Amino acid sequence: MMSWPILSVMTFLPLVGALFIALLGDDEASARNARWVALWTTLITFAISLLVLWRFDPSSADFQFVEKRPWLGGAITYSMGVDGISLPFVILTTALMPISILASWEAIQHRVREYMIAFLVLETLMVGTFCALDLVLFYLFFEGGLIPMFLIIGIWGGPRRVYASLKFFLYTFLGSVLMLLAIMAMYWNAGTTDIPTLMHHAFPRTLQTWAWFAFLASFAVKMPMWPVHTWLPDAHVEAPTAGSVILAAILLKMGGYGFLRFSLPMFPEASQSLAPLIYALSIVAIIYTSLVALMQEDMKKLIAYSSVAHMGFVTMGIFAVTTQGVAGGIFQMVSHGIVSAALFLCVGVIYDRMHTREIAAYGGLVNRMPLYAFVFMVFTLANVGLPGTSGFVGEFLTLIGTFRINNWVATLATLGTILSAAYALWLYRKVIFGKLEKASLAVIRDIGWREAVIFAPLVVLTIVFGVYPKLVLDVSAASVTQLIDNYQHALAPVQAAMAR
Amino acid sequence: MNAAPSVSNLVPLLPEIVLGVGGMALLMLGVYRDARMVRLIDYAAIALLVVAGAVLLLLPAGKLTSFDGSFVVDDFARFLKILALIGSAAAIAMSLDYAERELQQRFEYSVLIVLSTLGMLMLISAADLIALYLGLELMSLPLYVVAASHRNSLRSTEAGLKYFVLGALSSGMLLYGASLVYGFAGTVTFSGIAQATARGGTGLIFGLVFLFAGFCFKVSAVPFHMWTPDVYEGAPTPVTAFFAAAPKVAGLAMFVRATIVAFPGIVSQWQQILVFVSIASMLLGAFAAIGQRNFKRLMAYSSIGHMGYALIGLAAGTSQGVQGVLLYVAIYITMTLGVFTVILSMRRSTGMVESIDQLAGLARGHPAMAFFLAMLLFSMAGVPPLAGFFAKFYVFLAAIKAGLYVLAVVGVLASVVGAYYYLAIIKIMYFDEPVEGFYKMPLELKVVLAICGLFNVLFFLYPGPLVGAASAAAQSLF
Repeated sequence: MMSWPILSVMTFLPLVGALFIALLGDDEASARNARWVALWTTLITFAISLLVLWRFDPSSADFQFVEKRPWLGGAITYSMGVDGISLPFVILTTALMPISILASWEAIQHRVREYMIAFLVLETLMVGTFCALDLVLFYLFFEGGLIPMFLIIGIWGGPRRVYASLKFFLYTFLGSVLMLLAIMAMYWNAGTTDIPTLMHHAFPRTLQTWAWFAFLASFAVKMPMWPVHTWLPDAHVEAPTAGSVILAAILLKMGGYGFLRFSLPMFPEASQSLAPLIYALSIVAIIYTSLVALMQEDMKKLIAYSSVAHMGFVTMGIFAVTTQGVAGGIFQMVSHGIVSAALFLCVGVIYDRMHTREIAAYGGLVNRMPLYAFVFMVFTLANVGLPGTSGFVGEFLTLIGTFRINNWVATLATLGTILSAAYALWLYRKVIFGKLEKASLAVIRDIGWREAVIFAPLVVLTIVFGVYPKLVLDVSAASVTQLIDNYQHALAPVQAAMAR
Repeated sequence: MNAAPSVSNLVPLLPEIVLGVGGMALLMLGVYRDARMVRLIDYAAIALLVVAGAVLLLLPAGKLTSFDGSFVVDDFARFLKILALIGSAAAIAMSLDYAERELQQRFEYSVLIVLSTLGMLMLISAADLIALYLGLELMSLPLYVVAASHRNSLRSTEAGLKYFVLGALSSGMLLYGASLVYGFAGTVTFSGIAQATARGGTGLIFGLVFLFAGFCFKVSAVPFHMWTPDVYEGAPTPVTAFFAAAPKVAGLAMFVRATIVAFPGIVSQWQQILVFVSIASMLLGAFAAIGQRNFKRLMAYSSIGHMGYALIGLAAGTSQGVQGVLLYVAIYITMTLGVFTVILSMRRSTGMVESIDQLAGLARGHPAMAFFLAMLLFSMAGVPPLAGFFAKFYVFLAAIKAGLYVLAVVGVLASVVGAYYYLAIIKIMYFDEPVEGFYKMPLELKVVLAICGLFNVLFFLYPGPLVGAASAAAQSLF
């Protein structure tokens, strides 16, 4: 179908850019050049991903642009491809990278080359994670992302960066190594690690259960789900702004993607019987972390806890395994990717000026920064889930998807949305409204052109997706339908046996 | 039994003959010439190891035997011999700068390494207990000497003595085990022992346990690891680098060949022992290293842990498992040698330093060195996409296949604990404020570090050849 391996080019182009930066000299000019090289590399990568989207056939549920090459010998191959579930995440990744680079333009002043290299390597690994069609290859990309992120938090982070980076690394590493063992067990059972084949392989029930838990260990940490979310607030608070953006917008989504790609299609029986566990954890996440968010004094921490709550909707929707639930989960992840990224960027804007993230240090910003107040308002409302913003569509779809399966869970989750309105609006009021009393804020500048360039696409997308969600839903519709069909098909004999 | 010795019988031994004759020639050269020849002898020793490797590769393919089957050259032996030769050659190269400064130009150093390597090659090919013991002693005796080669340093002589006494003890245990096995099996050849184990017998298991004690000592696996931290710390650093690489290769080779070839009939018995040894080594390696500030001592515990991982593959007892061991040891020596090049470069105006705190801010002053060391440490922690991940991947793959789930789970959890101290070093290099920089790295160390670092970083791009070679090598034992 394709004459050139478009997915591999897209995946490894940032790596080439990183190599190029590494070859630049170590002086002032090369720091400037490094920024431009990184920006152009990410922009070209984004353009290629748009080309993929352009050529993508949304009516087909199959994997497209498939590439396959021998790799580790045996049945472990280098295999890439995208379908309607992975493509939105690929686009999200490539779209947010140039924004992250721009957001770091002035905030990062020391070791700029290394910073840009770390980001570009990270992009390769993230795109690779979503494109990989082989479990071992997936694991390689999935885990490899820890290295650049560890360095980003540790080198360019805040005062407690060492603690935060080690916690981030060890938490995620611990979750993932168990998944690795499950991957091996699956390999010996099915004789391959090819993801499309494994999706139709019937694993024995015990293996399904153990492997399901092993994958949960990895994805729950990554997502993160309550009670293994505690690394996230630390990592977010200490990471530089762009690091938080990538962490919230993309790295967290790998967990949800993993549930969709592996847990549901490969372990349907285990998913079915263990779904109540996920519901319970999701509800706790939605309500408990929202309450925790209400108590925060640090803006980034508040947004971090709200991320955990929003991911609760995603896991709930995914494990309802209804068309609305799954599609809503994907949409919610995309929406949260945009909105949480934008919120972290908003915090970054005032942090760059005042060098504090304490909510109490601000107040009355609307008087000096009207444009900023508008931008912040759009994303706050999207975070709350106001109709007309993308946040609403995701939450609404997951809720109706879940309501069909379990109305208690849906009801409790709906209560959570009230709490999210409470903390988000409270934050907004404290920071933006009121009198501009603090002397230090008297000379604060409104957002400049560079920041406007960063925010403009995010504002537009938040509203466009809120008004016309079909743009995202159509891409994934065929794949979601097939996922659910296969799932029901795999469960049919079990349910028939139970009915008898 | 009384086949007439002929020239064709000696063909499989050609690499050993090259090393033996060449080593003695270098010894003569060193005795009759003045001190300026030392550098030349070092280079000649490296060349000799390279020639031996080339001769090895030029031997006819397939399984060659000599001396009535007590000396075997199969793919397994070829794979490991190449690794041992690489390890020794790299160790000599890494010692050049150090020896000139600290060891007052003693030429015996590289000659002893050549002779020790000869012992390793014998050991790797040994297919009966007597050949095994001869190879082992030939390998070990030069090691005792080089451990103490820093004559004026109390720590070095202490390390040499300690290593010698404990090494002799372990050799004694191994001999005792060998005599028990001989007593119960009536033969010393591995194939004969294999037939005897098929008939069963408790006596053989006794012998096996003593043999394992000796093997564990040589690869520094728990519970026979106690010498490792002290010897690693006390021995001159290039010697430690040598200890950490080539002798481990030979030790694992004898461990694997003796266990798989001679005792296939009692897998369930030795599997229990190996599972214990492996778990204990991994856990000790992971937890004991956390508190270490001395880099060499830390590497000692790290190597104990790595041997635990390598033994997972042997515990599986299958061809996949042996493939895992071979890949593990191949990747392990690149990681270790690479890290030791950095330890050897930790030198500033006040002299050599060994504490990991001295690496603070290395990423500013020496970015390339810090980058490669960081990659090697991530690789040791088993983080993909670095080579160390694939090393662990294959041994765990074999363990899962063999149903050793507990071993696998403990292993991956230990790797998370282990990751902590590797990350702690990276943290010191990248996150801490710089201290005074080191002297410029000598060229040969730069070359070794770059090769090891690039191998670990780029391994994932083209893993096919090494994985295939290890697979073929493992097949040749079964």
